[in-house]
Amino acid sequence: MKEFALIFRVPSGLGAEVSPAEMQERMTFWMNWMGGIAAKDRLVNSGNRLGVKDSKWVGANGVVSDGPYTEVKEFINGYIVVRAENGDEAAELAKGCPILLGGVGKVEVRPLVAPDNNE
Amino acid sequence: MPVDQSNLIPQLYRQEFSKMVALICSRFGVDQIDAAEDVVSETFLAAAETWGLKGVPDNPVGWLYRVAKNNTLNGLKHERVFRQKVKRELVKGSSSSIEPQLDISPENITDSQLRMLFAVCHPSIPVEAQVSLALRVLCGFTIDEIAQALLTTKANINKRLYRAKEKLRQSGVTLTLPDDVGMNERLDAVLITVYLLFNEGYYSASPDKLLRKDLCLEAMRLAYLLTEYRGGSGKAIVRPDVYSLLALMCFQASRLEARVDAAGRLVLYEQQDSGLWNTELINRGNSFFIKACDAGALSRYHLEAAIAWWHTQQGDSREKWENILMLYNRLLMLAYSPIAALNRAYAYARVYGKEAAIPEAEGLELTGNLFYHSLLGELYLGVDEGKAVGHFEQALELASTEAERAVISRKIGSCRRS
Repeated sequence: MKEFALIFRVPSGLGAEVSPAEMQERMTFWMNWMGGIAAKDRLVNSGNRLGVKDSKWVGANGVVSDGPYTEVKEFINGYIVVRAENGDEAAELAKGCPILLGGVGKVEVRPLVAPDNNE
Repeated sequence: MPVDQSNLIPQLYRQEFSKMVALICSRFGVDQIDAAEDVVSETFLAAAETWGLKGVPDNPVGWLYRVAKNNTLNGLKHERVFRQKVKRELVKGSSSSIEPQLDISPENITDSQLRMLFAVCHPSIPVEAQVSLALRVLCGFTIDEIAQALLTTKANINKRLYRAKEKLRQSGVTLTLPDDVGMNERLDAVLITVYLLFNEGYYSASPDKLLRKDLCLEAMRLAYLLTEYRGGSGKAIVRPDVYSLLALMCFQASRLEARVDAAGRLVLYEQQDSGLWNTELINRGNSFFIKACDAGALSRYHLEAAIAWWHTQQGDSREKWENILMLYNRLLMLAYSPIAALNRAYAYARVYGKEAAIPEAEGLELTGNLFYHSLLGELYLGVDEGKAVGHFEQALELASTEAERAVISRKIGSCRRS
């Protein structure tokens, strides 16, 4: 089996207010989705959520600016690492991801490159 | 309290045998374990004869320790051990005493049991053998009882014990407690074995109800022993997972009476009479759990204890099963196990309904696992009776005990009637 990163991408500018009840519900969705992958013994790493506040954009010549959101249409808000036979199977696992629920988010599936892989 | 004379020796044997063996080994080396067992067995034989003739002494336990101590010291005088170990010390002239000593104070008894616990759970010994060895030298079970509890033959248990003792000798395991650095890793291994011991009792298909209960209680006693350990600096082990494991075992053990009926048949959780749940154990579990959570750490035993706590709550609420599902999610994210995956699918069904849970369960791909087919049979009940029967029949083939087959056959019977 190979390892794949499932990277969650959302369009920028989705700053809508979320009620605590909705937050609770979203958390439940995420926990059930990741728990389901773990229950199949396919979860390698619970990964990380990536925040928005205090993020920086560092360019050449020491140029640092706040947040990338004026320059890109979407940003990455987290990732996990799963185990699958191939990309298709990893994509199957990604299908239940709660990031897709709003109809605007996407999951990018990328194989992790092993140190001895020179492809 | 009047002493039940007819049962006195077996009772004392269970209670003191292992302590006496540990005590002797901690003084003369774990490689002397067979000799120590012989000495203690002889002591009990002497007790049976002497007490039968002259009556039971006022302090039978004290009598046993005194006689075992004398037998040990007498035996050692003629032994290789004496030449190799004790004499060397004497020659060095470090000791003013000519006689080797054996400290039979309660503190030393506890301490030597702890040392023995760490030796038995040494990573060089296969886990399966650790369980048998623990039952023999830490819990004082007879070979017969171990074979019965683990549903195997006496010959098998003897083989396991022999190999385990060989390993102890070959690996040069000593009865010293690991230092603070080594302690963490060794403690992990001890907790795993203790939990395994508990589960052997809890899930054992052995028809002997008392034996199963004894096994659970012994595992709890050993875990409790760990809380009494004081390191070199006199500090207690404060690893929170020792307490969460204790809490977990208390919560589980609270249902020991309720989960088997008078005929020895397994009673499923939903059908248990919660009036039989042991509230004293639940309360003890609660106070252990509070201690476990004090330090803010989170181990698999914390999550499992929390799941077990929700199971001590009577009745069915959506909140209960939602919490259990979340805890299984977190447990699986921490460490995968097929049984946790199956339990999660069951909890999923309790929250979101059977139809939603079927793909979750089928996705586990555990074909050939008894509980996988039992669970799917259960989930398909009322959804697709044909598939339910199919899974129950596969489960029936996989079941290894009469008790399991009886439960599954009843299920198939009820499908066919409906």
